[in-house]
Amino acid sequence: MPPIPTVTDPLLRVRDLRVSFRLDEGTVRAVDGVSFDVFPGQVVGIVGESGCGKSVTMRAVLQLIDPPGRITGGEILYRRGATPIDLTRLSPRGRLMRDLRGAEIALIPQEPMAAFSPVHTVGAQIIEAIMLHERVGRDEARARTVELFRDVGISMAESRIDAYSWQLSGGLRQRAMIAMALSCKPRLLIADEPTTAIDVTTQAQILALLRELQRKYDTAIIFITHDLGVIAQMANYVVVMYLGRIMEEGPVDEIFHAPLHPYTRALLRSIPSLNSETRTVLPVIAGALPHPFNRPPGCPFHPRCGDILGDRCATAVPALHALGPRRAVSCFLHSELAEPA
Amino acid sequence: MTAPLLDVRGLKKHFPIAKGLFHRVTGHVRAVDDVSFTVQEGEALGLVGESGCGKTTTARCILRAIDPTEGSILYRMRDDSVVDLAPMSVGELGPLRKEIQMIFQDPFGSLNPRMTLFDNVGEPLLVNGMRRRRERMDRVAELLRLVGLRPEFMHRFPHAFSGGQRQRIGIARALATGPRLVVADEPVSALDVSVQAQVLNLLLELQSRLRLTFLFVAHDLSVVRHICDRVAVMYVGQLVELAPTDAVFRRPRHPYTAALMRAVPVPDPRVPGSDAILKGEVPSPASPPSGCYFHPRCMFAEERCRQDAPLLQEVTPGHFARCHFAGELQLGTGQAA
Ligand SMILES: Nc1ncnc2c1ncn2[C@@H]1O[C@H](COP(=O)(O)OP(=O)(O)O)[C@@H](O)[C@H]1O
Ligand SMILES: Nc1ncnc2c1ncn2[C@@H]1O[C@H](COP(=O)(O)OP(=O)(O)O)[C@@H](O)[C@H]1O
Ligand code: SF4
Ligand SMILES: [Mg+2]
Ligand SMILES: [Mg+2]
Repeated sequence: MPPIPTVTDPLLRVRDLRVSFRLDEGTVRAVDGVSFDVFPGQVVGIVGESGCGKSVTMRAVLQLIDPPGRITGGEILYRRGATPIDLTRLSPRGRLMRDLRGAEIALIPQEPMAAFSPVHTVGAQIIEAIMLHERVGRDEARARTVELFRDVGISMAESRIDAYSWQLSGGLRQRAMIAMALSCKPRLLIADEPTTAIDVTTQAQILALLRELQRKYDTAIIFITHDLGVIAQMANYVVVMYLGRIMEEGPVDEIFHAPLHPYTRALLRSIPSLNSETRTVLPVIAGALPHPFNRPPGCPFHPRCGDILGDRCATAVPALHALGPRRAVSCFLHSELAEPA
Repeated sequence: MTAPLLDVRGLKKHFPIAKGLFHRVTGHVRAVDDVSFTVQEGEALGLVGESGCGKTTTARCILRAIDPTEGSILYRMRDDSVVDLAPMSVGELGPLRKEIQMIFQDPFGSLNPRMTLFDNVGEPLLVNGMRRRRERMDRVAELLRLVGLRPEFMHRFPHAFSGGQRQRIGIARALATGPRLVVADEPVSALDVSVQAQVLNLLLELQSRLRLTFLFVAHDLSVVRHICDRVAVMYVGQLVELAPTDAVFRRPRHPYTAALMRAVPVPDPRVPGSDAILKGEVPSPASPPSGCYFHPRCMFAEERCRQDAPLLQEVTPGHFARCHFAGELQLGTGQAA
């Protein structure tokens, strides 16, 4: 008889997260009821087009939302020891949140150039971080930094740690950023489009590196991208977002081989492929992403949906309906469940 | 057979490296180093390679935004006479500007944020002598419709539009003067997949409708696969492969081309990523490696590759590759589903 599977508790559990930006022109509901789990050692891919709320969700997890933005609802439960901590209840500048940020939850930001200070060497910034979080002396922190640089595949590590970020090529800068993020052995690594601005060849190198480091340290990773090819190669579990909401989530193989939501299906169809024929028209998603101030009523995707069921889609908001322990979809084709009006 | 619309021969662009107080020239960045290719009328030629390989510099030479160091850029006029753009002065180029236009990666950079769409798209018309405002308005309305935008948008400013719409505006502006050759430098690289697909379809449609000829610069091979009839692969200022698109994707003949293909992540979790990842970076064109420029990164390199520079040879009719072993290698693309 096969053993009964033991379900480990999630490391991070996001529940009905809501983040708004209140601007003069109106309120932007950047994240509008997002829920997902991250288990230890797992890579969760979050995919969606620009502006769908991926970065804001992650900044909320790190408590880095600045005014006029505000978390208006939901929970972010982070498991540390026996009892989970709700990060939304912590003071963003408080001691505990600062300890968690960097030491337990690390971010590889979308703009590595902005993440490093231009007036300090890359090495100095990593050494400071290690000294602060691990309470070790400078010599040891320096030795650890050199070792980290080797780990992320930077040759001539001893001399390169004394370089400024602007002296490094795009690929090396991204590697240094990964070294910085890993410097305190985080349990959760958030990579926000870490390869969007670089060549495919460098991207392939960075993805291979992240896969290798993930295996080596067994870190949980949240990997954000708008590139479905990258998601397919990196993630175990995929969350598909559109206009601040989750359309569908599930194991990577099901998302690519048995997608349920019309948006996921349309996205998958629109990828140009190396195996396609020259000069054939690509299937597209009709219309355009609405402006953040003009959220449609009903299902956020209904104005562009090819499978629309009529009035219901245009008036009620489909709720994220669990189809199994690790599979959920928000679409009236699959479940009648709606958000409370 | 008529001559190609564009015939680039032995094109070179060397940027001087100046050092010290007196700007003494201490060397040259050989950004484009002896590049030759043709583009037939109505054809789309893709120019691919990693960043720093010289794609943009090649494009800028053809547009004569910069002066080529050497070589000729033969362009066939509407009356079938052929002119060389390379040595032309600014004055001589004037009447030719409306024939060859550019679409940029960052449509925002090419649009003036303080001008309405009417002024942005209509500016090239004014420059080319369309003085009457009424006439320009009609033409701008027609252009906006052509790229799938509403003519009423003409009175709005660029910031009111999304990335995909701005790229359409950039395309409308490029088409204003009725060009025959359009040079597009990474026109969809900054766009989301769904928007990318819409813009690619638009370019395909415009090409057949207006019989445009495209030089399409991209680092994304799947985009090139979709749009282009032939592909030219650049590495450190040189062409390393040139062939019909189908032939290149069926069987690349240069290890660099195959490596570029393997690097494209396959949107299918059942296809494992390739283990044969191209390591290192593009060498500086100021001090390229000896022999074959690709040898330090090539998994097939032998002693001969370190010594002798390979020539661009025709492996099968119309399929050229710059590799000593182009005829023998069986190169995998890692894309099989
Ligand atoms: N500082 C801010 N002020 C106002 N709106 C913001 C701010 N940051 C993000 N937004 C809005 O929140 C939405 C989600 O943004 P973001 O999470 O950055 O998207 P993604 O990372 O998926 O591209 C967008 O509509 C964006 O305009
Ligand atoms: N104005 C310039 N002065 C000196 N070097 C340049 C200049 N423009 C480009 N280069 C160099 O020429 C090479 C090719 O650049 P580019 O044509 O922009 O490549 P690509 O478009 O393929 O990324 C690079 O090494 C780049 O640094
Ligand atoms: S809920 Fe309706 S409109 Fe929304 S995706 Fe499903 S079918 Fe389409
Ligand atoms: Mg983002
Ligand atoms: Mg370029």
